[in-house]
Amino acid sequence: MRQPPRARPANLRDALHAEWTKLRTTPGTIWLLLATIALTVAVSAAATAAITCPTLGCAVDPAKVSLTGIQLGQALVAILAVLAISGEYSTGMIRITLAAMPRRPTVLAAKAAILTGVTLAAGTIAVLASVLAGRLILPGHGFTPAHGYPLLSLGDGPVLRAAAGSVLYLALIALLSLGTATAVRDSATAIGIVLGLLYLFPIIAQVVTDPHWQRHLQQIGPMTAGLAIQATTNLHSLPIGPWAGLGVLAAWAAAALLTGGLLLRLRDA
Amino acid sequence: MTSGTITPARTGVRAGRDGFAQLLRAEWTKFRTVRGWVIAMLVAGSVIVGLGLLPGDHGSCGQSGPASACTLPVGPGGQEVTDSFSFVHQPLAGDGSITVRVTSLTGLLPQLGNGRVSAGQGLHGGVRPGLAPWAKAGLIIKASTRPGSAYAAVLVTGSHGVRMQDDYTHDIAGQSGPVSAASPRWLRLTRSGDTITGAESADGTHWTRVGTAHLAGLPSTVQAGLFATSPQYAQPTSQSLGLAGAAGGPTQATAAFDHLTRQGAWPSQAWIGEDIGGPGNATPLQRGGFERAGGHFTVTGSGDIAPAVAGAAGLGTNITQTLVGTFAGLIVVVVVGAMFVTAEYRRGLIRTTLAASPRRGRVLAAKAVVLGVVAYLTGLVAAAVVVTGGQRILRGNGVYVHPTTTLTELRVVAGTAALLAVAAVLALAIGALVRRSATAVSAGIVVLVLPYLLAVSVLPAGAAQWLLRLTPAAAFAIQQSTPQYPQVDNVYTPVNGYFPLAPWAGFAVLCAWAALALGLAVLLFRRRDA
Repeated sequence: MRQPPRARPANLRDALHAEWTKLRTTPGTIWLLLATIALTVAVSAAATAAITCPTLGCAVDPAKVSLTGIQLGQALVAILAVLAISGEYSTGMIRITLAAMPRRPTVLAAKAAILTGVTLAAGTIAVLASVLAGRLILPGHGFTPAHGYPLLSLGDGPVLRAAAGSVLYLALIALLSLGTATAVRDSATAIGIVLGLLYLFPIIAQVVTDPHWQRHLQQIGPMTAGLAIQATTNLHSLPIGPWAGLGVLAAWAAAALLTGGLLLRLRDA
Repeated sequence: MTSGTITPARTGVRAGRDGFAQLLRAEWTKFRTVRGWVIAMLVAGSVIVGLGLLPGDHGSCGQSGPASACTLPVGPGGQEVTDSFSFVHQPLAGDGSITVRVTSLTGLLPQLGNGRVSAGQGLHGGVRPGLAPWAKAGLIIKASTRPGSAYAAVLVTGSHGVRMQDDYTHDIAGQSGPVSAASPRWLRLTRSGDTITGAESADGTHWTRVGTAHLAGLPSTVQAGLFATSPQYAQPTSQSLGLAGAAGGPTQATAAFDHLTRQGAWPSQAWIGEDIGGPGNATPLQRGGFERAGGHFTVTGSGDIAPAVAGAAGLGTNITQTLVGTFAGLIVVVVVGAMFVTAEYRRGLIRTTLAASPRRGRVLAAKAVVLGVVAYLTGLVAAAVVVTGGQRILRGNGVYVHPTTTLTELRVVAGTAALLAVAAVLALAIGALVRRSATAVSAGIVVLVLPYLLAVSVLPAGAAQWLLRLTPAAAFAIQQSTPQYPQVDNVYTPVNGYFPLAPWAGFAVLCAWAALALGLAVLLFRRRDA
């Protein structure tokens, strides 16, 4: 005999369980995660294979180049995060979710937690595979210890920071996307805003010739600042330090989540 | 069920109600009645204009009186040129020739440290010996000493062998190989009317013609003699953030000559050494020099005799760089384009649409036409405002903007509009293929914007050029406004407005992608259930 369900208010654990079930059973999720890993590694490996170190004066940061794929992988993470909430609005599922779990901030927190976990897992695989690809490809292109480039190794402090930071970067992109999608609700608009925020800052910073403005744009852009974490050489010439840069992205993500959470609480679903 | 009991319904409506005009009208009604899309198109236009007119740049041209106005000499072909070099000359009346032997060409390059050196900031880390690839020295016959006047020259270069150049844009290759005391080079220029012939020789007896230049309207008395110059050095740098910049500075070349002989009427016997067209605030490296010891001449110079270029080795900006807002507009247009079809799936409107007009290929075609026209008109207005107004604002701020011909401006404006239109159609096709807004929008943005971003940031020049030849981002070539010259050293990057494909060829790549996606979309649209 099954016990009748106990009448107790749903708590965060239930919310987490519910969100995990929803994300797990949405058909696109697994493909998006696999695509994130595959495309990140593919673009990283391709970029690494495209660079060669001439005998002297190759001003390239090999760790950073071997993590280039993050720039594409983040777009897929953004889709996953946007669909986690926009998908519910487009199917009307959000009303069931909120009926079962009336405390809206808890719903958003649970979604954020599950998305972070999933992104961290996929991101770790993608980054480890990218670093491994870099380790295998780079020595064949002149990045040898003889030229002052030791093998990429996670035992090296800056490389470990770049790798771990890239995983965190993906998780923060997921949170930024979730917050934005919660605020605007429509998936196409949300993904447009997120990718616009990410890709436009570096392009505009490139064209602006005033070095003062250029530096500021790179300091406030979520992608330009966040990807500072990937730098392992020439840290003093960065517009923003590695951890401070990731902090800027975290501020963007927090602002998006706060706005989304506030609107979710105030609006009808 | 027996078929006899069913009689097909007959209505009085005539066939042909799903004519293409009707379809267009239906799709236009759908587009204009969604307030968000109309607002989005206005936003797309506004960001293009806003980013184009943003007064972020300031320069020093014309800011302290008319004397500080930036003007470049204009060459005989009407284009702006750089014309600064060290000139050791005397007049030549009528026809004649001049012959010399070059025994060495050496130079100085800026010492580039790890720190950032912005283009034009000059030297921070001193100098190192070295020769710019396009450092030039040799013989020149020039209409006058006025910068921008007609000339023909036969010269040795840093690493491009012997060349015959005339009137800034023409360049003919001679023998390759560097010049040194062990392998000197003999050069000869011969004037005969308006025709000037350049010749070279390894030993002074066996001569080879390099090329012939026709300088229309050359005065009867010209200035002829020796020259040396060395262009701005520019090399791409990769900063740690992955944003490629350029570092550089002025360079210097020194050439040693001997065995100077002349034929014809040379009324003056004195050689005059002169810096032509040098900057007013020349650094020591930029000042030329001339020494003569018996039959040996040493000429030192800095600058270039070449068409002016935008970017790291040049000065100022061009209209391509004012159109950076295109990227923002593109993202908005991609969102609208994808939603124009995915929204129908989400709301189930697609079933009504297809019931009203069952010929699916035409439905998609009508959508593409409506969307394309709307995006085109938006882009046309926005780009026209930026290209006309942006230049004025930049010039007002003292930034040097390379002038372009009206025809080029028209191509850039119409091309930007067409770029938006075709990008919107590409997004529409992707939307019809994947039927999910988020996926379609991301795919559209990633294929259009990310290749450009990767090309201007992490990737080395070779890989970046292939990316901008093969992906839909090749279409940004339609915005190129200043030509690229092989005989001018510069960092020709997309950021400076130079693309690997010709303008219309680049645009054709995007069209091919859009056509492919639209074809696939029509095919799947017909086969799948809606």
